[in-house]
This record gives sequence, structure tokens and C-alpha cells, in this order.
Amino acid sequence: MPLEFEKPIEELEAKIAELEGFAASSGVDLSGELQVLRERLAQLKSETFDNLSRWERVQLARAPGRPTTLDVIGGIMTDFVELSGDRTFGEDAAVVGGLARLEGTSVVVVGHQKGRDTKENIKRNFAMPHPEGYRKAMRLMDLADRFSRPFVAFIDTPGAYPGISAEERGQAWVIAQSIQRMARLRVPAIAVILGEGGSGGALAIGVGNRVLILENAWYSVISPESCAAILWRDAKEAAKAAEALKLSAPDLLSLGIVDKIIPEPGGGAHRNPSATLANIKQALLASLAELSHLGPEELFEDRYRRFRGLGHYQS
Amino acid sequence: MALERLFRRRRAQGEARDIPELWVKCPKCDAQIYKKDLETNLHVCPKCGHHLRLPASKRIEMLADANTFEQMTGLKPADPLGFVDTEPYPKRLERYQKEAGRPDAIVGGRCTIGGVPSVLLVMDYAFAGGSMGSVVGEEITRGIERAAEENRAVVIVSVSGGARMQEAALSLMQMAKTTLALDRLWARRLPYVSILTDPTTGGVTASFAALADVILAEPGALIGFAGPRVIKQTIRQDLPEGFQRSEFLLKHGMVDQVVDRRQLKETVAQVLKLLHPRTVNHAG
Repeated sequence: MPLEFEKPIEELEAKIAELEGFAASSGVDLSGELQVLRERLAQLKSETFDNLSRWERVQLARAPGRPTTLDVIGGIMTDFVELSGDRTFGEDAAVVGGLARLEGTSVVVVGHQKGRDTKENIKRNFAMPHPEGYRKAMRLMDLADRFSRPFVAFIDTPGAYPGISAEERGQAWVIAQSIQRMARLRVPAIAVILGEGGSGGALAIGVGNRVLILENAWYSVISPESCAAILWRDAKEAAKAAEALKLSAPDLLSLGIVDKIIPEPGGGAHRNPSATLANIKQALLASLAELSHLGPEELFEDRYRRFRGLGHYQS
Repeated sequence: MALERLFRRRRAQGEARDIPELWVKCPKCDAQIYKKDLETNLHVCPKCGHHLRLPASKRIEMLADANTFEQMTGLKPADPLGFVDTEPYPKRLERYQKEAGRPDAIVGGRCTIGGVPSVLLVMDYAFAGGSMGSVVGEEITRGIERAAEENRAVVIVSVSGGARMQEAALSLMQMAKTTLALDRLWARRLPYVSILTDPTTGGVTASFAALADVILAEPGALIGFAGPRVIKQTIRQDLPEGFQRSEFLLKHGMVDQVVDRRQLKETVAQVLKLLHPRTVNHAG
């Protein structure tokens, strides 16, 4: 299903396809008309996608078909061995991770996992982790340190799960611990925000030496809907909240919260996943190369400095 | 302080002249409490033991050894995002500053607690519900760093609705910043006691407040990650009695002790004396 602002484009694309089909089957020359329509399509696309509002970007970040963590791992890494469980309570399918190879380098990888359909989304709890998901992530961080393997985290969650079971098992505590554990890594750590960066549930695996973000992903302290529900007392004002929160990739880059924007193909990552994956891979390799000369303590200090400097105030 | 202001306003309007000045109603047991009694009892209801919210300045008075507190905080908030909802953020800030009588939701400084050199940081609910933006994050980070430099213990009293929305992702980053700062303390083996008071939720619980050597909670305080309203909306069920209260957290292994406010200073001092490296172990 197309997003609201994608509809005029889809309609025009369908019309062009229809005319092309007619031209081919009937032999009538429609090249002039088609040329005009194709130009209009290109113009419409650039009008739409060169001026995306923050709220439209949020919708792209959530679009079905956008590459998930497992899609990215499968697309840019080899030899993936998935590792499960937190060794304490259970297995959380909202967080996936394991060992893999990225262009010859063996890495430890973890990420929030959305489902590709409703059934899988229920299994994955819509990528909203319970404490055991973060404990799994911490276990993988231990592994990365122990074997000196770079740590790669893919962020894509609306937020940590707000439920009774999660609270009983110390959701706040494990998020704090996961932030701390990741900060203490003595190996290169890179976080990539793929889609949704929902608050503490995202930050728990977001303490990288480098934080990269896909062009249409968002990252903030609260979702636009929840923010609107509190400040405007109406979740339907989410578009206004998205603007106010400055949650888009360019906003975050200018605030120093992310280090680099990974470009998405025209129309968003879900329009061309393979091109998206190629861009992610290239950005990841570049970031790892930048960090390759740093020793274990330097990597820790580099991360400390990176986050120490964030905040705006007057003295 | 909040109560006093409320009463002052009422008096100005010519309403209820004498009674509200002298008496406060306990929100738990409805008992009419003589205001002076409530204050000398550290804002704990003498009838039912309910812990009313304690103003930040009283908290410092209560925890720091007499005449030792030296304030270090004073940073002022900015409006990095140009945030506007139903009103601009700077307008809100102005109002909060007037109401709370301080630039942001935190006050802290050097002091001794039970004779142990400490940095005491107290969040202030009267300022925007104790929400954490850049100033709170920076003051906590500086306080922790200063403690590490000067071999001081750290005591943080949390009361917060969570990270401040009007600074969005920058507020979120304060969770990482304050957490990272704690490593400086750990490296010097300096003790950190976190005191959770009503309410402590969201990004504050999910960062420095949950990472102390010893975590104490006041009785009946609401403590958690997600607020009860959000949880209720998500699961569409009523929440169990006592859910996310201090005693619930104690039962689930998240805090070390639930401590009555009237014993809090003594407990904190005892912990600091047992852990602070300046207090050397000796036989007998």
C-alpha cells in the first residue's frame, strides 16, 4: 500500500505503464505522450521527495518493505550465525544478533527486528524489546570485547516495550546497563539507525563511536504521536510534533547527534532495498576504517568524548 | 515552597485566610496536618506515614551536614531546537524558572554527609516535573566529574517525569552522557548512592538513577520506565495494585532498600562511611 504522499506518483506510474502496454500491443506510436508523462513523473518525484516534511520521513521510516536488521545482515554480511537468549530469562525475538563477516572482517552484530508482515510483527513484538532483548545485546557486547571484534548495532524500534512484564523485569535498569555496557566497549562500535530510533529503547544499543543514520530514519526522545498526545493533547497532531522534535536525519546531523547520513535511493529505502544495502555497507566500511587506528582505550575515550560534548545550555 | 506560593496566591485573592496557611490535608489519609508539624516531620504525614513531595531545598537541608553545602549548579537552559508546541519553549522556561526559583530542574553542590566529602545533586519536581534536558544532564555529569576529581562520594536524589521533550534527541543524549560520567567515579572507587523519590520515570530511571552502587527508594514512590498511563494505553488492562511503587521494585530486586525519609540521612551516611575510601578499615 502506498503512503499518502506516494499516491499521485503511483497513479502516474500506473498510467504510464498502461500507455506503454497499449502502445506495445496496438503498435500506435505514443512516444510523444509518454515522453511528456515521464517528464511530469520525474518532476512530481523531485517535488515530493526533495521537500519531504519530517512527518513524511517518519512514514518512510516505517514503510513496509523497508530493509530490516535481518535484511541488512543478510544483504551486506556473510557467514551469519544467529545467537539467541539472554541466559537469564528468555529469548526476545524483538532483538536479533550474532556473529558475521563484513568484507572479511569478523564482527558481532545486533539489532532491533521488525516483522515483514503482521504475523511476524506479533512474534517480534513490533521490535519493542523486553529486558531480555537488551540482556542479549549486552551478552553480545561481552563477546565482542572478549574476541576483539568490531560491534555493529542496527537501530529500528518504536521504543522499548511499555508493559507490565517489562517493568517487572526492570526495563529501565537494563536500558541503563546496556547504555553503560556499550559505552565501555574496547572495540570499534558503530550504530546505524535504519528506521525508527525510539528513545531509550534505541539508545540502549546506540552508544557507538560513530552513529550513522539512513536519510529518512528518525531518532528522538519520544515518538511524534506520543509527543503530540502529551503536548497537544491529541495524537493526531503528530505531524506538528514531528516538526517540533527536529527528528530527521539532517536535523540530527546539525545537532551533532549523528555523524553521517546514509543516502537512500529515490522514493525511500523500500523502493530499492538493494541500493540501500549497498549504501549501508559502504558507510559501515568507511566508519570502521576511520576507527581502525585506535587502540582499545582510545576507542573508549573517543566514545566518551563524543557523548560528553552533547547538550546545549548557557553558562 | 509550592504550597506556600499557592497559599500566597489565595490570600491575594482574598479567599480562605487563615486555615490553609496553617493546615495541610494529607492526600493519602485526608488527615488535617498542622503545617509546622508536617515540615518538622520532613513532609511525611504524621498520621499515616505518606511521603509528600519534599522541595529540593529541604532535601539538601535534610541530607547535607549542617552548614557544609556549597552550591555548584547554575547553568541556564537554551532552546536549541526552537521548540514550539502550544507555546514556545522559552516562554515555558520563563514560567518554570519563576515558579521553581532556579534556572532548571536541578540543584547541587559540595557538602559532607555524615562527615564524608560528597557531591549532592537534587532534582526539582517544581521545575517542569523534574524533566531532564541539557542542563540537568550537564550538571549531573559535571557533579560526577567533580566528585571524581576531588575524591568525593556522589548522592543523587531523583524526581523526574523523564527526559524533556522540548530538547528532544539532545535530552536523550543526556542519558548516555551521565551514564558515561559514572565510569570516572568507578575508576576512583568512589561510592554513588541513588535515591529514587516520587515519581522517577523514563530517561532518568533508565540512565544514572539505576546505575548506583546502592539504590534507595522512598516509600510509595512511583518508579519505572514507562509511565502507568502509557502502559495502560498499550496493554488496555488495569494495572495491578501497587504496580511500579517502591515496594514492588524491592520485591522484584530493583532497589536495595525502601527507606522512610526520616531515616534516609542516617542510611545514606552509613553507606557512604562504609564505602568511601577515606574511611579506612581498621581492626576492632
